[in-house]
Amino acid sequence: MNIAVDHNISSIYEKVLAGQRLSREDGLALMESSDLLTLGYLARWVKERKTKDSVFFNVNRHLNMTNVCVSRCKFCAFSRDRDDPDAYTMSIEEAVEKARNSLSLGITELHIVNGLHPDLPFSYYVETVRRLEEEFPHVHIQAFTAVEIKHFADLSGLSFQDVLLTLKEAGLGSLPGGGAEILDDGIRREVCSRKASAKEWLEIMRTAHRLGFRSNATMLYGHIESPENRIDHLIKLRELQDETGGFQSFIPLPFHPKNTPLGKMTGARRPTAYEDLKMLSISRLMLDNFDHIKAFWIMLDPKIAQLSLDFGVDDLDGTVVEEKITHSAGAETEEAMAKSELINMIREMKRTPVERDTLYNVLEVYN
Amino acid sequence: MSQRINVPETKTTEPATSQKIRNGERISEEETLLLLQEADLLELGQLAHLVRRRIHPDNLVSFIIDRNINYTNICISGCQFCAFYRRQGDPEAYLLSNQEIFRRIQETIDLGGTQIMLQGGLHPELHLDYFVNLFQEIKKRFPVTIHSLSPPEIVHIARNSGLSIRDVLVELKRAGLDSLPGGGAEILVDEIRAQISPRKATTEEWLEVMETAHSIGLKSTATMMMGTIESLQDRITHLSKIRTLQDRTGGFRAFIPWTFQPRHTALEKKVGGRPTSSIDYLRTLAVSRIFLDNVKHVQGSWVTQGKRIGQLTLFFGGNDLGSIMIEENVVKAAGVSYKMTVEEMIDLIRSAGFTPALRDTEYKILKVY
Repeated sequence: MNIAVDHNISSIYEKVLAGQRLSREDGLALMESSDLLTLGYLARWVKERKTKDSVFFNVNRHLNMTNVCVSRCKFCAFSRDRDDPDAYTMSIEEAVEKARNSLSLGITELHIVNGLHPDLPFSYYVETVRRLEEEFPHVHIQAFTAVEIKHFADLSGLSFQDVLLTLKEAGLGSLPGGGAEILDDGIRREVCSRKASAKEWLEIMRTAHRLGFRSNATMLYGHIESPENRIDHLIKLRELQDETGGFQSFIPLPFHPKNTPLGKMTGARRPTAYEDLKMLSISRLMLDNFDHIKAFWIMLDPKIAQLSLDFGVDDLDGTVVEEKITHSAGAETEEAMAKSELINMIREMKRTPVERDTLYNVLEVYN
Repeated sequence: MSQRINVPETKTTEPATSQKIRNGERISEEETLLLLQEADLLELGQLAHLVRRRIHPDNLVSFIIDRNINYTNICISGCQFCAFYRRQGDPEAYLLSNQEIFRRIQETIDLGGTQIMLQGGLHPELHLDYFVNLFQEIKKRFPVTIHSLSPPEIVHIARNSGLSIRDVLVELKRAGLDSLPGGGAEILVDEIRAQISPRKATTEEWLEVMETAHSIGLKSTATMMMGTIESLQDRITHLSKIRTLQDRTGGFRAFIPWTFQPRHTALEKKVGGRPTSSIDYLRTLAVSRIFLDNVKHVQGSWVTQGKRIGQLTLFFGGNDLGSIMIEENVVKAAGVSYKMTVEEMIDLIRSAGFTPALRDTEYKILKVY
């Protein structure tokens, strides 16, 4: 068939179908285009070449062991000061208990990200991983964003490599992709001045990949960043991926402004569905060396996450038990989704639901 | 600006059908059913968008500021899909006083509204006189468009008053009725109506009201409620009835499909308690845009689908987002409540790459943002 395509992106169209890498200029042209369905069409075409009609999900539990955080990023509604009445910190035993309570749900992954607590020693985290690994050896531990790794290095005086090796030895399986926000120090100074720089984030991922860890990568969009910032962010990830091949999936995260200082400062609203689908499509098109693009249904809402399967997405994340961070910022989605519901969502899009483990090993195909 | 480009085939759309749509030819019921059953979602969207662009080459997306005033919730119809109605004598049953209706109209005008939709249950004791008087009093007081009374209400008034449909419409028009909303169409297939709304206007009656209204110069819209117990074929039959009548009268200004909201309704259990999916809705919306080549406007239903899917309707054939709805009670009764301000509406349209425009009932543009 032939379709009408925004003429500004018709050459990009040809490049994508020819399997050629898109340039920064191409990325910016895509950001300019409002031909949403063509972007989706192209992104889906790329997705199908990578993962056919499979759509992946996993059964996981989120654990946020503390909301006390010295970083106090302006886009965050989750963090608290140590003395705030609703500040909390779990004991290692509590974390183990929460994990244990989720075992009956068939979880294969514990997904742990935390505030940057000023007093907890590095050993608290190492010990947590060790205990969880001992108690639940069959459950994969994906924990600690690059920002936390940097925090641990500061706390302990160890190098990134030694922090990562210590955690690996304790049982850490892989790293989540959080804390990337926008990998531009100008933006970071404005929105998250007290946490790992762009260079540090990338360096930690490079080191982790070299040590054999796989990780994900994220981008927080829809705050003060420009289209150029977004495309440059994707290109930085693409370059590192060329070098290491250690990223599994990319997860663009729409900024939820409610209850955040940045929301109050800018009056920003959360990105619209159109903007979310466009960002997912463009991510799929730019990141030609990433196997997976993940739609985090908690942030997108399930309807849009479902629709995103036609816009280049091949992963719907997990069933997720107890999501705290996005809900602090006004997410109106549920905090958890049953596996059967995820499977239905995928089937309704005429795709094959595939339950995976954290490392994308196939656990079950729901034909 | 766009340019035509050859893309790899997706597996689903019959190339001949696709070609006909591109050429601007009418497609048959059979072809349309196949599209609804089989076509790829993005391809359906592309085709619907192409038809929409042909009819509306400008980049405008319109909306209206209006208010639904449900003058009564007392209804003898007892439709299975409705969570709004009450029986007479029920403690929650109400009939608004004229004073209260006037107060709400004044509020609407104060908020920049140009239209009121008076719609209510089929009240056993309200006759033509009540409406004639009400409309006259409204027109005396307010410069507002009365876009009111869906066909089942007209049929009910005619029956209650012992008059013909034509006489009722003529009297109402004389009293100030400007146009008819397209509600109560549900699915225009009597086997379905017999099960979900047995006591209200039949398919034939609904169409007769619309044809008569159009013949005396009252324009209207048309709706479809999807997601109860109808088949895809039933939806196509519904669309076909609208298209056929539109060929004769040209009186439908817009088509508005929306999804059944099951909560608190008698049908809830029968359909498993879940509304039909947004994907199903977008597919049906796109097919409606393609099939109804003689209806100018197609409206996306953010009221039943939420703002996020509401925005995406603009890529699946929709060129209008209806009303910001100062007041909406019927969908809300079924547990679904979305709110929208003018600013949000403008932002929603603009951030999807379109130009927001305020319209009136006749779809005349009042203001481009």
